[in-house]
Amino acid sequence: MQPSREQKLWMYEHMVLSRRCEEQIAKIYFEGKTPVFNMANGPIPGEMHLSDGQEPVAVGVCAHLDAEDIVTATHRPHHQAIAKGVDLNKMMAEIFGKSTGLSGGRGGHMHLFDPAVNFGCSGIVGQGLGPAVGAALSRKMQGKPGVAVAFIGEGASNQGAFHEAMNLAAVWKVPFICVIEDNAWGISVSKRASTSVPRNDVRGASYGIPGHYVEGNDPYRIYDVVGEAIARARAGEGPSLIEVETFRLAGHFMGDAEAYRPKGEKDALLERDPIPKMRSRLIEDGDASEDELNSIEKKAEERIAEAIKFARESADPRPEDALTAVFA
Amino acid sequence: MTESNDRKLTIARAMAESVAQEMRADERVFVMGEDIGALGGVYGNTRGLLEEFGDERIRDTPISETAFIGAAVGAAQDGMRPVVELMFVDFFGVCFDAIYNLMAKNIYFYGGSLKVPMVLMTSTGGGYSDGGQHSQCLYGTFAHLPGMKVVAPSNAYDAKGLMTAAIRDDSPVVFMYHKRLQGMGWLGTEAGATVKTPEESYTVEIGKAAVVREGADVTIVSLGLGVHHALKAAEQLSQEGTDAEVIDLRSLVPLDRETIRKSVAKTGRLIVVDEDYHSYGVSGEVIASVVEHDVSVLKASPARVAYPDVPIPFERGMEQFCLPNVEKILAAYQEMKSA
Ligand SMILES: Cc1ncc(C[n+]2csc(CCOP(=O)(O)OP(=O)(O)O)c2C)c(N)n1
Repeated sequence: MQPSREQKLWMYEHMVLSRRCEEQIAKIYFEGKTPVFNMANGPIPGEMHLSDGQEPVAVGVCAHLDAEDIVTATHRPHHQAIAKGVDLNKMMAEIFGKSTGLSGGRGGHMHLFDPAVNFGCSGIVGQGLGPAVGAALSRKMQGKPGVAVAFIGEGASNQGAFHEAMNLAAVWKVPFICVIEDNAWGISVSKRASTSVPRNDVRGASYGIPGHYVEGNDPYRIYDVVGEAIARARAGEGPSLIEVETFRLAGHFMGDAEAYRPKGEKDALLERDPIPKMRSRLIEDGDASEDELNSIEKKAEERIAEAIKFARESADPRPEDALTAVFA
Repeated sequence: MTESNDRKLTIARAMAESVAQEMRADERVFVMGEDIGALGGVYGNTRGLLEEFGDERIRDTPISETAFIGAAVGAAQDGMRPVVELMFVDFFGVCFDAIYNLMAKNIYFYGGSLKVPMVLMTSTGGGYSDGGQHSQCLYGTFAHLPGMKVVAPSNAYDAKGLMTAAIRDDSPVVFMYHKRLQGMGWLGTEAGATVKTPEESYTVEIGKAAVVREGADVTIVSLGLGVHHALKAAEQLSQEGTDAEVIDLRSLVPLDRETIRKSVAKTGRLIVVDEDYHSYGVSGEVIASVVEHDVSVLKASPARVAYPDVPIPFERGMEQFCLPNVEKILAAYQEMKSA
């Protein structure tokens, strides 16, 4: 399964949007946090987990999804949210903790929920899996179309919830896909030190479902493999497990000194940055001209600037709003 | 004493020093948890241990809390003395069975003949906009369930002594440390938590509260970060001529009800400051300890300054609105006085 030219451009656009989003957040995050770094300060306080480098996974998967399909994401959700079509203004406002944010500032960057496009998150590792399986079950029971995708990190494959959700999805044959973003690190602990198999695709066999590993952080290959799994799910043939090789170009969170990384790893990864790579490929393959790509990039920059302006100019919630929206 | 005893430590370093000393003295002590090796713990409390003891005894785990906390229970029952870390107390949800159905109950199921000498250390608290899954205290949740001792220090001296006592205890101890007291630069820290801490090994008895400020007019009971709010409030009250007594619970299980009762019998007024949720928690328990014993000592209804019963919001203004602080303690006292 190969993406059409339009899909390729869509993928590139959303990778760039996501990267510009992270770059701007990274910059703004340090406002009020210098010279002394204190996580509590600045317009974007708290932990911040950026997705730089992992964009191909989000776009390779979401290129197959419509608003009605379900995505659950993790503590590192921006690339997935953007690819799924979460409202950028409201998402940015949520990250800034504004009244106009997705949940009016109650959630923050690890808790982005947009019902309009069936997007949700959990900051607890592995806890997006159950809700995704449940949403898939709900579609099956209601006879409604739609597949559910749970994005997790490779570290999450060692949570009990992973095993339980995979088995449940398989035994009930629900339209569900688990996509593991293998960036090789769970904070400071390497995949090698934490996971008994080098690749998690082999675990599909233990649930009697297909397992795939996609190498190279390559959006087209991801598109291909995920496309088949999604077609399978839509046809009622049940879940799949897909692990994708990717990498994070940022720290685990902002402020991470990354001393655990072997020397030279970061530089080697920067060489393999998927965005310039895709750019050259689009041109080499004759899918886009320099001008077209410049225009996509410029628009992405403007779109992110607009979202940030919206967020900055939005009103803070009233403090006492904390006490509302606890019950439906 | 010696000059070394004038040295001040952060809670993070006090915890690490206690664990290191116990590991040197007892080969059965080992540490497991996420990012406790090379990283030295997200909150710094295992820094330096991997370098000294190696990865056989300082074990970075997969993100598998059910497995490694359950494994700690098994190892403890088999003669080891594990210290395990649950990175944020909020993550208890994925592994609570190992904690409250195994760790906390197995001694009882063996009719008291079994030892489960393990320490579960876990970070608590918010106030830095980390959102609803990374900011809770959950003191009451842990203290409610029988079979585990629970401690929550407010300063490095107590942290070291309680950790040493916890490691030497033959029953499971939950060691709840507040992130904003750890002395991690990137989180901002309460200066009052970094105190003189002797280099030599010592214990602080589990189950004993400390009267950290004596006074005759009102008793303020708290734990962890709340103790520092209470001390600051007491300082302000003293400028208005009110003499507040401040009790640092230090232990939740066993709870030192005697010290609380004695103090309230003297002052007649009680304010409990707790960053955990308002209802069904520590604050209610402390008040009940007094009123069910002798309600006649009270000159006014007791008050609690606790976290409202809502999930913790991300946004700074909303979160700060909910958190206990000095002003809320002073307001509680004003209301009490005018009642
Ligand atoms: C149940 C649980 N345990 C631990 C954590 C703390 N934690 C947050 S992210 C993380 C690492 C996750 O690694 P991975 O799943 O590979 O995702 P990545 O961060 O690499 O995107 C950990 C241990 C958590 N949030 N939830």
